[in-house]
Amino acid sequence: MSEKIIEVKDLVKKFGNFVANDRLTFDVYRGEIFGFLGANGAGKTTAIKILTGLSRPTSGQVQVAGINVSKYPERVKKKIGYMNQSFSLYNDMSVRENFRFYGGIYGLSKAEIKERTQYYLHKLDMERYGDQLLKSIPLGWKQKLAFSVANLHNPGVIFLDEPTGGVDPITRRQFWELIYEAADRGTTVFVTTHYMDEAEYCERVAILSEGKLKALDTPALMKQEFGVTNMNDVFLKLARNVE
Amino acid sequence: MRRIRYILQKEFIQVFRDKALLPIIIIIPIVQLVVLSYTATYEIKNIRLVVVDQDHTPTSRELIRQFSGSPYYHLKGNFDNYTEALDYMQKGKTDQILVVEPHFEKNLKTIKKSSVQLITNAINGSAAGVMQSYAVSIINNFHNNILIKEHPLQAKGLPIQTDTLYWYNPELNYFTFMVPGILVLLVTIIGLFLSSMNVVKEKELGTITQLNVTPISKFEFIAGKLIPFWIIAMADLVVGLLLARFWFGIHIVGNPLLLLFVAGVYLVLILSLGLFISTLAQTMQQSMFISWFFLVIFILMSGLFTPIESMPVWAQQIDLVNPIAYFIKINRMIMLKGSVFSDIKSDFFILSGYAAAMVVFSTLRYRKTS
Repeated sequence: MSEKIIEVKDLVKKFGNFVANDRLTFDVYRGEIFGFLGANGAGKTTAIKILTGLSRPTSGQVQVAGINVSKYPERVKKKIGYMNQSFSLYNDMSVRENFRFYGGIYGLSKAEIKERTQYYLHKLDMERYGDQLLKSIPLGWKQKLAFSVANLHNPGVIFLDEPTGGVDPITRRQFWELIYEAADRGTTVFVTTHYMDEAEYCERVAILSEGKLKALDTPALMKQEFGVTNMNDVFLKLARNVE
Repeated sequence: MRRIRYILQKEFIQVFRDKALLPIIIIIPIVQLVVLSYTATYEIKNIRLVVVDQDHTPTSRELIRQFSGSPYYHLKGNFDNYTEALDYMQKGKTDQILVVEPHFEKNLKTIKKSSVQLITNAINGSAAGVMQSYAVSIINNFHNNILIKEHPLQAKGLPIQTDTLYWYNPELNYFTFMVPGILVLLVTIIGLFLSSMNVVKEKELGTITQLNVTPISKFEFIAGKLIPFWIIAMADLVVGLLLARFWFGIHIVGNPLLLLFVAGVYLVLILSLGLFISTLAQTMQQSMFISWFFLVIFILMSGLFTPIESMPVWAQQIDLVNPIAYFIKINRMIMLKGSVFSDIKSDFFILSGYAAAMVVFSTLRYRKTS
């Protein structure tokens, strides 16, 4: 836990007069599972869009995998994986076709695409569904597939924007197992969520409110500091301070 | 470049799996060509005519017979006075009224001068013009015959006789004129709609965000979206040309390969215009409306239905940026006149420059950041 893979310093993003991200400063280390928490409208998605090169910061420095994102957004895109809060694979293509398309876009060879597709289908126990159109597959499974597709090119960092929204508790648990496996292989996982039980699974957690960073620590230390027993209470205490 | 192959593969899978889109792509060329070619006709048949004969002589009856004998006219009745006939027209029961004045025959014989009155319903202006010219030609013909009868030795009738030859379309075959233009519309509609809807669809579904975080380049993205629809529209054009040749029996005078070559360049222009529209629109509905806006203006001003030369100067200037006008012109030149490349090259170069500019423009407009 020494090498920084994401470095954010004084990040500001304004939309007109509205400040969506207000001087955010934090670092994320290689192989870490980093939780990004906040209520709706706290500025999580805005920040993740800037980190992935989809949006430009108004000011501040953002480095991902050693690359300045606002200067070279396209270079960063080769090194990261991304999974959207709304489902973003193609419903009118089969599972394998989706894997093949994204594998091709990330420049994997035919053999690599085939091998990794097989690997993920086997791991998800979905080999039978490989040739089915995606629209015929339940949402929770789709989310697991989307996570696998985002991992297909073995990125150094993977950004997950509310990946488990609308997913049942069992599938959510399986989803988090996938996250742990990826982290074990050395992939850094940057995840936004508003499920507080999921916050407990993260190694470190940043809590965002009204565009500002309110707290940043391990879940255990945070609970200790606020004198509570779970992350939900931490979150409520912070939210109450705002009001 | 390998990425483009994967995008093409994806687009083709999606188009051929779309149960609504596929039939349209296949059926549109056939329906459009067949229906439009038969219905969008300038020819007017069965003109309804009423007559007010105030002369009642063999000569006036002969003139009326000329009308009732014409395949274009259908005589609806005789009225004694003008008011009744006008009332008939007001009720929409007749298209034209022919009034033969009293002493028509007498005047013609004595003072060599006589007149008839012709009233045409001009609610549809262009139809009125056609009906007017039919009637005038029947009357002229009638007059001519009288002159010949009276002066058999001269046997020439009017001092100047006009022999008309219609070049490039000798029989004034209506299809020969319309089909090349309609072929242009066909590829334009297919190309513009497929391309303008495609990217917007990805925006609506949210899949575009996923693509935007990949290292795909703008050029690869635009090329990957252009090429599949280019192939589809070209295939439609080939089907259309085959129909033109074997269904309508239109002989393509020029080189069909030259036509396809120009069409290829033209389609790059139309498709990149479609992609440009899709960068402006956020929803498929918006994209539809913007596409229609351009399409309707371009078609009406294209010279397909009315000659560009008779439009006001400002309209002709707008037509300088109307891609459809260029292609209809080139298309008719190749199909009807047998023009070769050197005949069309100035228009072709404009079209090529326009296409190249539009590709660059839509590539620049496409943003991977929001």
